[in-house]
Amino acid sequence: MKLDTSPRLADPDAIFARLVEAHLGLDEAASRRLDARLVLILANHVGDEAVLRQAIALARDPAPPNARR
Amino acid sequence: MPHANPRYPATPPPASGRDHRRVVVVGGGLVGLTLALDLARHGVAVTLLDEEDSVATGSRAICFAKRTLEIYGRLGLGEKLLARGVTWKTGRVFHQDRQVYAFDLLPEEGHRYPAFVNIQQYHVEAWLVEACAEAGVDLRWRHQVTGLAADADGVTLTVTTPSGAYALRADWLLACDGARSFIRRSLGLPLHGQVFQDRFLIADVVIRGEVAFPAERWFWFDPPFHPGQSVLLHKQPDELWRIDFQLGAEADPESEQQPERVRARVAAMLGPDVPFELEWVSLYTFRCRRLDRFVQGRVVLAGDSAHQVSPFGARGGNGGVQDADNLAWKLAAILRGEAGPALLASYEAERIAAAEENILHSTRATDFISPKTPAARAYRDAVLELAEGHAFARALVNSGRLSRPAVLADSPLNAADDGTWPGGAETGSPAPDAPVRHQGRPDWLLRHLGGEFALLVFDAVWTPVPGLRAVFVTAEETPGTLWDHSGLAAARYGAPPGGAVLIRPDQHIAARFAAPRPGAIRAALARALGQMEHAA
Ligand SMILES: Cc1cc2nc3c(=O)[nH]c(=O)nc-3n(C[C@H](O)[C@H](O)[C@H](O)COP(=O)(O)OP(=O)(O)OC[C@H]3O[C@@H](n4cnc5c(N)ncnc54)[C@H](O)[C@@H]3O)c2cc1C
Repeated sequence: MKLDTSPRLADPDAIFARLVEAHLGLDEAASRRLDARLVLILANHVGDEAVLRQAIALARDPAPPNARR
Repeated sequence: MPHANPRYPATPPPASGRDHRRVVVVGGGLVGLTLALDLARHGVAVTLLDEEDSVATGSRAICFAKRTLEIYGRLGLGEKLLARGVTWKTGRVFHQDRQVYAFDLLPEEGHRYPAFVNIQQYHVEAWLVEACAEAGVDLRWRHQVTGLAADADGVTLTVTTPSGAYALRADWLLACDGARSFIRRSLGLPLHGQVFQDRFLIADVVIRGEVAFPAERWFWFDPPFHPGQSVLLHKQPDELWRIDFQLGAEADPESEQQPERVRARVAAMLGPDVPFELEWVSLYTFRCRRLDRFVQGRVVLAGDSAHQVSPFGARGGNGGVQDADNLAWKLAAILRGEAGPALLASYEAERIAAAEENILHSTRATDFISPKTPAARAYRDAVLELAEGHAFARALVNSGRLSRPAVLADSPLNAADDGTWPGGAETGSPAPDAPVRHQGRPDWLLRHLGGEFALLVFDAVWTPVPGLRAVFVTAEETPGTLWDHSGLAAARYGAPPGGAVLIRPDQHIAARFAAPRPGAIRAALARALGQMEHAA
């Protein structure tokens, strides 16, 4: 399956705020673990290894294809 | 009190100062002894050299996997391991002060051998020495290989003994001389892979009387008694326990082995009121790497000389024993003139694939147990935090993926199915065992396969290829057959009535025939002997 990068969030500002709020009061290490737990939970929800590989590649290199040297 | 190994008398060197043998095994460790015994059972005259005069000292392999037990079953030692060893199949994983989950490695019934037996390597080696001596292996103790010159037809070794050196010519040299292999280094063969910095402390501890732990594999991540590191606990026979403490890369090898220091670590784990004695203490670092080739002309490498893994998963010894199992019948067939170099090439193809699998799993386990970056550590801890409550995260916990038998799925020796085979064990996998009844008595299928090629025939009694031993398995009680009273044999092989399975001498599946025809069986047999040009 192909990674879906079209805008899919009904209320993007709310989701962004939720993600930032989730880290409130956490130190650096705890914050990092929270993100890791979140990634693992979502990875399992997605379940599709091909999609996850594309997502990892995109996260590592977020520049648009035509901006790449 | 500490275990005293048997000592074998040093073998005098040949008076003439020279000697010529067809097959020489260098190294009387777990793998060399297994290989020599298997070769002798195949009728090959073997000479085995070991620089020591005894078996392994101290803490080495303890976890012997089901497949290894089946191999030792074929060699006549399986019952001994079962009787003397500690049978286990359950593991538990703890994170800090909580149990995260438990797992069962062999949840189904109807197997002669359990998932694992824990037994000290020195016991197994001592039995192998006895069996080798009985089988006529020419065992030479205190014979150290100190020189090597290889040519196209063999190898000339310099062997040094306490009473002088001699020249030993070998047509075939089987290098089972362990992780520091002299032979590998003499041939200039590089190992490729990873070296880990983390240090681990191994303590073998005698605890008498009541013990709070069952015969299970217990693994702790970051426990209160050893914060920030991992600990692994295993039961051995003789009131002996194996404890591995992860110490980290900074640990000082000298001071960490001081008995008082080790005692303090053990006491913190067991509690203040449990009396114990230290039997053996050692410090280890690990490597996960292998050679590019396992065959170099007339030199064949097996076991730790060819590949090394971390102990997490018990894949070192178990992998090496499968090397021996794979090599012995092939070399025997070559020496009898029944097969050529292609069969030896298949040893390399099959065992490199198996070594790759072992290295992959043991590297991943080591990376999980000792994360190397803050990100790796965060993911590792995140998995552990989720694991207690959520099954999906338990699957991600890697405290060692325990040794599984190699499935030789891509082997050049395998033949394609002749039609539609309904399921069950795939070609290349080890032949599954099953309970059967033989002459009215309970028995096991594998015991009847033996150490030569055999054709398992389901629900039919005929011998399609004269000279190829047939073993009949029937759903109804029938004279001269193995009665598959539970139906497990047919189910595990996925065999249709009238179907047949060709089993190699190492008890791996070579071919499956839904409608067995003599021509196809002959072709598969030729293929399994590396005679590809005959294969249809
Ligand atoms: C702490 C620890 C725990 C382990 N736990 C497990 C486990 O639970 N399960 C498992 O399967 N594996 C385990 N292993 C791995 C296992 O012990 C090894 O993989 C296994 O011993 C390899 O067998 P080998 O015969 O290849 O080498 P070795 O057992 O090392 O034998 C090599 C032999 O060669 C001889 N030799 C060396 N050089 C020469 C020479 N020049 N001339 C003559 N003789 C020579 C030596 O004397 C020795 O007898 C563990 C290892 C360690 C260190």
